Amino acid sequence: MSTAIDIRNVVKRYGLTTALHGISLTIADNEFFTLLGPSGCGKTTLLRCIAGFEDVSEGDIQLFGQNIAGLEPNQRPVNTVFQQYALFPHMSVVDNVAFGLKMKGVGPEDRRRRAGKMLEMVHLSAFADRMPAQLSGGQQQRVALARALAPEPKVLLLDEPLSALDLKLRQAMRVELKSLQEETGITFIFVTHDQEEALTMSDRIAVMSQGHVQQVGTARDIYEAPVNRFVADFIGETNLLDVTVESVSGGQARVILPGGHVILCPTTGDGLGRHLVSIRPERLSIVADGDLDVLVERVVYLGTDLQLLTRLPGGEEFHVRLQNSARTQPPAPGNRVSLHLEEGAARLLSD
Amino acid sequence: MKGVRHYPGFLAMAVGCLVILYAPLIVVTIYSFNDSASITTWGGFSWRWYADVFTGPEAPRFKAAAWNSITIAMLAATTATAIAIAAAVAMVRGGRFRGKSATFALINLPLMVPEIVTAVACLIFFSTIGLTTGYMTILIAHITFCIPFAYLPIAARLTGIEDVYEQAARDLYATRAQAFRLILLPLMLPGILSGFLLAFIISLDDFIITNFVKGAGMETLPTAIFGSVKQGIKPNIMAISTMMLAVSVLFVTLSYLANRIGQRTRS
Repeated sequence: MSTAIDIRNVVKRYGLTTALHGISLTIADNEFFTLLGPSGCGKTTLLRCIAGFEDVSEGDIQLFGQNIAGLEPNQRPVNTVFQQYALFPHMSVVDNVAFGLKMKGVGPEDRRRRAGKMLEMVHLSAFADRMPAQLSGGQQQRVALARALAPEPKVLLLDEPLSALDLKLRQAMRVELKSLQEETGITFIFVTHDQEEALTMSDRIAVMSQGHVQQVGTARDIYEAPVNRFVADFIGETNLLDVTVESVSGGQARVILPGGHVILCPTTGDGLGRHLVSIRPERLSIVADGDLDVLVERVVYLGTDLQLLTRLPGGEEFHVRLQNSARTQPPAPGNRVSLHLEEGAARLLSD
Repeated sequence: MKGVRHYPGFLAMAVGCLVILYAPLIVVTIYSFNDSASITTWGGFSWRWYADVFTGPEAPRFKAAAWNSITIAMLAATTATAIAIAAAVAMVRGGRFRGKSATFALINLPLMVPEIVTAVACLIFFSTIGLTTGYMTILIAHITFCIPFAYLPIAARLTGIEDVYEQAARDLYATRAQAFRLILLPLMLPGILSGFLLAFIISLDDFIITNFVKGAGMETLPTAIFGSVKQGIKPNIMAISTMMLAVSVLFVTLSYLANRIGQRTRS
């Protein structure tokens, strides 16, 4: 697979503050790539560097082998879907969609036809002659998408495009976005702070915080095998415990949990002593004689799940999630239960 | 909380202010339709003084003055608006630069300097550089003091336009110039219109500065009216004044409407 975007050691400084600390990423052609992180982590800054709205302070960005540093935004074959949509309020929907084609010098008939086709693709053909202000948020969002896709960019940049929509619409748009990406074969770079969005749509995800890329991988990789505390904590819900590694043999570490329980964890290193372990709450089940015993303090009903707030013998808080099925018999608060750790439930973290 | 209307003496105060502000205008307007040649006694309704303005003995003088006033206002407002657009884009979109507050003060200086000072300064300046006073000097002076009036509504409008529209245009292969012409300028239009109309009306009724820099034989409507009044107030002056008042009200209303329409399209 060829490389769409190669980001090499990109540093971005604003005066004394550094927004990006030497980011390196390789994004493949035809990939749905997500930059995920909390606000202020630098994900939008990186996107703006690719679009050309910001200059990089150091490093360079290559687009299909071409260095795009120094190119103006209008000279880069990438288009952006803005968070606020930024539809031109004085132009009709179809003129908005055709704008990029017009600027590229496509003739009026061709661009009208192509814009029509794009509107068809986002199911808005009936709205071609409306003004943007007459559309709902979800419709404006789809016009913004059609407008950015119309000039057939090599890469489409999406800056939190779903954050202004309500939940139902957001879920529908996720599916639509993913199928649009597969249909068009265009590389998508999607910026979001919503982990669910990232996990459901992306081929690969880069988790960012404080201007660093923490981990790059598939949704499964970063959820199942987070490399550090930040990723484990940011993606999904987890129990982070300070532990001691007693011994390592054959890729398995013997880990002592606070309170004295001993579990086995897969590990790639061989470091002994104090470490951090992440245990996913949904990878646990109540059994008669399990790996660890906990004291149930509260049972919270979440609809699809039941959440047990428990404590380890050492006093640490420990969360457990049970699927809410007819067979589930939640334990009563105050009781001790024994828990079984499923394969891969516990992960040793590097920091 | 009680509204301001409930303060004691509110009604009397409000009526008093309105009378002081508008009574003279109302009197002038009413007496411009007076059939009598007296300016104080009512002699029945008539259009005769309006006819007198256009056909009477002073008509050629007023016509020439009106022509000067309108062409100067048109040219001065257009030039001032163009300068104000450039200034607003630099001030609002230019980021932070050294001397930004000083620049802002400079643009708006004509609003703060007493008009008589500007008038004297202009006269001294023109005579120092050897420019003969006349149409040209009036025009230059008018452009100067019209700039802040055009600038303020334009800058206010531009501040309200997020820069994401220009970015979207640039992202969609528009050059800087195209993004300005096709996106920013149309979005700024209500502010530009409002600024232009305001500058036009300010130029149209300026007296003090014009009187200093107009030179001999050159008249605008305000100076022509003043010249007439010096020989005694005749009702035809009231007719001219009423017409100018109507034009002013019309332009200020248009300017206000342009701004309101702009606010509606923005949201």
